[in-house]
Amino acid sequence: MKKWKAYPVNFRIGAVITGIMLLLIVIGFFYTPYNPTAMDNSAKLAAPGLRHIMGCDNFGRDIFSRVLKGMGNTFLIALATVVIGVVCGTVVGAFTGYYGGWLDEVLMRVNDVVFAFPSILLALVFVSIFGTGKYNVVLALGIAFIPSFARIVRGEFIKYRDMDYVKSARLAGVSNLRIIFVHILPNTLTVMLSSVMIGFNNAVLAEAGMSYLGIGVQPPDASLGSMLSEAQTYLFSAPNYAVFPGLMIILMVLGFSLLADGIKER
Amino acid sequence: MEDLLLEIKDLNIEFHDHDAPERVVSGLSMRLNRGEILGIVGESGSGKSMTAMAIAGLLRRHDMKISGEIYFEGTEILHAGRSELRRLQGDDIGIIFQEPMTSLNPVKKIGWQVEESLRIHRPQLSREQRYALAIECLKSVELDEPEVIYKKYPHELSGGMRQRVMTASAMICDPRLLIADEPTTALDVTIQLQIVKLLQKLNREKNTSILFISHDLSLVRKLCGRILVMHDGRVVEEGDSHEIFTHPRQAYTKELIGAIPRMEKLQQF
Repeated sequence: MKKWKAYPVNFRIGAVITGIMLLLIVIGFFYTPYNPTAMDNSAKLAAPGLRHIMGCDNFGRDIFSRVLKGMGNTFLIALATVVIGVVCGTVVGAFTGYYGGWLDEVLMRVNDVVFAFPSILLALVFVSIFGTGKYNVVLALGIAFIPSFARIVRGEFIKYRDMDYVKSARLAGVSNLRIIFVHILPNTLTVMLSSVMIGFNNAVLAEAGMSYLGIGVQPPDASLGSMLSEAQTYLFSAPNYAVFPGLMIILMVLGFSLLADGIKER
Repeated sequence: MEDLLLEIKDLNIEFHDHDAPERVVSGLSMRLNRGEILGIVGESGSGKSMTAMAIAGLLRRHDMKISGEIYFEGTEILHAGRSELRRLQGDDIGIIFQEPMTSLNPVKKIGWQVEESLRIHRPQLSREQRYALAIECLKSVELDEPEVIYKKYPHELSGGMRQRVMTASAMICDPRLLIADEPTTALDVTIQLQIVKLLQKLNREKNTSILFISHDLSLVRKLCGRILVMHDGRVVEEGDSHEIFTHPRQAYTKELIGAIPRMEKLQQF
């Protein structure tokens, strides 16, 4: 293990921010100060104070509790999106990059079509066919994320497929599948890691956008995006309603970006 | 007495990735006996590496045209299917590449890479047996402390050590043919000699035939019994190593031999 000081500054800051965010998310799964969906008429739009450290929303629900739950929801949706995008993107990219030829042509053109399609629009199409809800949003965003990962992985495979060690593996009689997943794939991990982190950021923002449009997490469940969307009516009377969820989105994205930068520099 | 291992008949390799087809090997025929070390010499672009790749079955087929026949122990391998090649490859043919920097996978430990052929061709071996074989093989290429090297990554080794590891992983299944495609070009002179001596030792002890491809004539002269001189994709001259160096018949061979730097000449400066 390297000494903490040996890592670049942005990596360290990013790690701290991400660490705190993850801690809050984990806490939010097991404990929130108030029930995040319980309404309290006497505390409508309460200002931040000792009882409610982030204040209350228009139904008198504790914003801090809702932020904790909402971060968890946003995080899980972003994670699931990235996992779908990375797994499918890696498989598509690996096969097209390694084999080339007509397979590459066909899959990459399909890829281009998905790539050219705006992800918000794709999500809207999905939701209008399958209904609202976070699983449909995850699916739609995940599919929208496949092409960018596929391109990155494909580029890496094209770079590595003619390396001497791949040739000697082929000569040793190693099967193509084993060459792809055991010999070449680990080489692409560094590039994948930073693009996964950037992809995760985009997914956080995309989820917030979806929920803001009202097609993601459905009320009374909280997500950072849906809270922002509810808060905009009260932007002037209760700015804390919008500021805290917004701040959490910023911190989550910032933490991961710095971490990704730091990893690239290392 | 003749004990034929490899025979190439009228091998032609053409590239079709540009407008006009480009012929890199034309009408090459050669024979390699069991236990023999054959040198292929020629300048860059003379087609010697392409020939090696064709024997190893490593040519990507869609943008090139290959014709001719390659017999390995009587079996035609140039047009053989992938499954037949897989059985043969690694088990019977090993290869060492020119660039020790790229011939080992940077993210895998040395031991894992040396053992890879065993995993494919000797699946019945246990983990311990594989380990024992790998250590023995690393020892046979004269690497000190094979147990330590086994656990290292390629970037922790020097070029010469990597080339030895490469040799070990090519030799672990006791192949009958070892193709050495300019194995010494990227190394400095003292290490070159060590690698050549190592190849000689392996040839002697395991009776492995070696196809030694190089443009370094002085090394070829030390190592090989027979030499094939290539120029522009053709075999210009073929014969006993001593014969060729003392009585070259072709003008091109004479030029090549004349190009070897000699101490006496250098001292005039």
